[in-house]
Amino acid sequence: MVPLSFYLVLSAFLFACGVCGFLIKRNIISLFMSIELMLNAVNLTFVAYAAFWQRLSGHIFVFFVMVVAAAEAAVGLAIIIAIFRTRETLNVDRVNLLKL
Amino acid sequence: MLHLILFVIFAGICAGGALNMLLQKHPINSALSLIVVMVSLAMLYMLLGAEFVAAIQIIVYAGAIMVLFVFVIMLLNAGEDEQTKGSRVAMLFGFPSLLVAAGVLVYTLVLRGGNTASLAIGQFHGTAENISDLLFKEFILPFEVTSVLILIAIMGAVLLARKGGTE
Amino acid sequence: MTANLWIIPLLPALGAAVNGLLGKRFSKTTVNAIALGSTGLSFLWALRTAWAFLAGGSQPLLSEYGAWLRIGDFSVPYALYVDQLSMVMLLVVTGVGFLIHIYSAGYMAHEGGYYRFFSYLNLFMFFMLTLVLANNYLLMFVGWEGVGLASYLLIGFYFLRDSAANAGKKAFITNRVGDFGFLIAMFLLIKHFGSLQYSEVFSTVASRFPAPESHPGILTAIAILMMVGAAGKSAQIPLYVWLPDAMEGPTPVSALIHAATMVTAGVYMVARSNAIFSRAPEALAVVAVIGALTAIFAATIGMTQTDIKRVLAYSTVSQLGYMFLAAGVAAYSAGVFHLMTHAFFKALLFLGAGSVIHAIGGELDMRNMGGLRKKIPVTFWVMTIATFTIAGFPPLAGFFSKDEILWQVFSSPHGHWALWLVGIVTAFLTSFYMFRLWFMTFFGEYRGAKASRDAHGHGGHDAHGHGEPHESPWVMLAPLVVLAVLSIIGGWVGVGNRFEHFLAPVMQPVATAEAPAGMHAVNGEPTSTPINKSEEGEGHEKQLEMTLMVTSVVVAFAGFGLAWFLYYKRRDLPERITDKLGTVYSTVLNKYYIDELYYNAIIYPLVQGSTKVLWRGVDAGIIDGTVNNAAIGAKHASDNVRHMQSGNIRSYAGWVATGAALVLVYMIWMGTR
Repeated sequence: MVPLSFYLVLSAFLFACGVCGFLIKRNIISLFMSIELMLNAVNLTFVAYAAFWQRLSGHIFVFFVMVVAAAEAAVGLAIIIAIFRTRETLNVDRVNLLKL
Repeated sequence: MLHLILFVIFAGICAGGALNMLLQKHPINSALSLIVVMVSLAMLYMLLGAEFVAAIQIIVYAGAIMVLFVFVIMLLNAGEDEQTKGSRVAMLFGFPSLLVAAGVLVYTLVLRGGNTASLAIGQFHGTAENISDLLFKEFILPFEVTSVLILIAIMGAVLLARKGGTE
Repeated sequence: MTANLWIIPLLPALGAAVNGLLGKRFSKTTVNAIALGSTGLSFLWALRTAWAFLAGGSQPLLSEYGAWLRIGDFSVPYALYVDQLSMVMLLVVTGVGFLIHIYSAGYMAHEGGYYRFFSYLNLFMFFMLTLVLANNYLLMFVGWEGVGLASYLLIGFYFLRDSAANAGKKAFITNRVGDFGFLIAMFLLIKHFGSLQYSEVFSTVASRFPAPESHPGILTAIAILMMVGAAGKSAQIPLYVWLPDAMEGPTPVSALIHAATMVTAGVYMVARSNAIFSRAPEALAVVAVIGALTAIFAATIGMTQTDIKRVLAYSTVSQLGYMFLAAGVAAYSAGVFHLMTHAFFKALLFLGAGSVIHAIGGELDMRNMGGLRKKIPVTFWVMTIATFTIAGFPPLAGFFSKDEILWQVFSSPHGHWALWLVGIVTAFLTSFYMFRLWFMTFFGEYRGAKASRDAHGHGGHDAHGHGEPHESPWVMLAPLVVLAVLSIIGGWVGVGNRFEHFLAPVMQPVATAEAPAGMHAVNGEPTSTPINKSEEGEGHEKQLEMTLMVTSVVVAFAGFGLAWFLYYKRRDLPERITDKLGTVYSTVLNKYYIDELYYNAIIYPLVQGSTKVLWRGVDAGIIDGTVNNAAIGAKHASDNVRHMQSGNIRSYAGWVATGAALVLVYMIWMGTR
């Protein structure tokens, strides 16, 4: 029998990995993938709680998170492609036109 | 017992995939690791009785989104990351706060959360029938709104990725 | 009855407005007509008012024109009031003012800014009449300030000259110092008596403090503060310093404002407030001492001056001292009597001096005059009459008024023989320096032959470019003649205490055993002599009065004699005497260095303090600094915060992570509490 806290710790760990990757990685696409990882960690939390409380709202929420993640991924990648076209680079440090 | 073993296996694969994603230099390797993470997460969902969610996790996340990622990586011919100067702020503030947040989370959830109850396999079912019942009755509005959202996302993506820029 | 008193001050105001706004386009004749016409009509209306007043049994006339201020219980009306005292002042102001207007038409004929001069002159008349006719202290104060303004404008009439502009400023600022005292006195009146109207204040004062032994502190304070105001306006010690400098203005201005009318406003105020002063013996003593000191002080300076107008200016200060001396021994009617006669002969003296100056082409220094007796005979004769009057020769006007003052100073319960001594010495000095002026100007050889070649005299008045002194036109001489006649007969109204009886209803008695001299019973019935003792006592008093009268005449002759000796017989003597006296003489010649003292002790520290501390320190440093530094601080702060926007996505990510962690921790902490 697996206690709930196990799932929650795993979720936290995944989330931490996602943030870590976001801070470390230099490739824009890798950055994006870290974001997806974070989202997944959250999904795990939702499903775990849904199971423990015997309610289906968690699943619904996961459903919506996935939809949003999909939309976001699509648009984000389109932006990345556009950036690549103009800046010829995928290095996040090079995309600093907002520098004051 | 079985539950625990299965959990440990899949959780281990999950964590290992995540770490690997971090440690890899080439984005394609990171993408493939992420796929591994997705699939193991789907297995964990199954263990928690969320059949529908596991299915769409595989289909949508691992099957569509990650594929999209891989396509883009291949399209843009993303190579290894060149060394550029990072951000001092990120290192100085980001990591400590991350550690703090994670630590606090773990501490709270585990030691103080009182979530020691367990779930047996098969005790709870998130069947498609139940979910759709909920989706189309209580959550009909968010459902419709998200469909609009997807539509906008499609338009945005098409617009952005057109050849000739974003004029 | 409706006396329509508003006409009197308002006509000159209209004249001032019309001339001031439109006068630039008028011809000289039109300006003349407006200015002289308004003043003349005002004088005629004043005469008519006087006739109505006397015919109506000497009942005070009151014209109310609504309320000006109404604050709770305290209200101040626009109201004009004529009683005996203000009637005398009214006639003097309008009459002498009108004569001087006529004179100015001739004197200023060749000056620039003609219309401006008459506009200011009419403005002055308006304010002076407001001052005299007001029935409450606040309206009087309006007039008070207004004449100060008019004085400033007129002194600085030749504003392109630095000395004139500075003199105007000096006059106004010194006046203001005195006005501060007057203001505080008014505030005290409001606080303690709840009103500023004469009738209300005086009746309250009378009912609350019937006996002078009670020595009420508040009345003493009010009286002394009023005296401060009067000292500023009427050029007494210590605020007299502006009057000699005020001679920078044209001569008719000196005649009107600084001899006949404005400077007498202080005396008028003290006389009007006699109810307050009589109940504060300490204040009276202060007034008397100031008056006496000023009289002798100014007379000593007047002896040494060589500028003809300066001599007359110091003479004015000295004569005003006499008036305050009279007021200070509670002989208010004697002071007002002297005010009236002084207006006649001092105006005559100034206008005559103006005629002399005009005759010799702008020269002011008496050392360059002389022998003008034959050349300008009419001027000579009127000046002679004026000089004999001021010296106190009977039966001319000055004798009666000055003698009355000296007698009251000696015999009044508030008086003192020491004050009388100062008065008599001053009379001697007055006679001496006036005759000195007379001899130097009109007798001997004409010393101005070389000076009149270049007519660049002190005043720069007219640039006729004439070589020979010539008589003034009749438009200037006619007022002189009228004033001369008045100087002769003007004193005769005061014979036998008639003037005193006339003013008696205004001078409220303080009815106790210690009845001060000069006061009469309240029912208006005059007692025949000031101090009503037994028959034999009365005879004794009469003898004393005769003795003093003779003394003052002797003194006048002595002054004449000394002046004749020094300035006619042995002309070389004065210089030898002054050489012998050395430093003493030069101190007196330099006006006892009072101006320098004021500058170093008061003005310079004030200006320096104001510049260094208040301007640079407080205003520029603290106030501006606070505002500017707030802006600079904001700029610096934002400059430092700007670096957060680095354009570096990973730093943004770091910040986001930090913020998220903080929120998370906070929420958990709140949740687990």
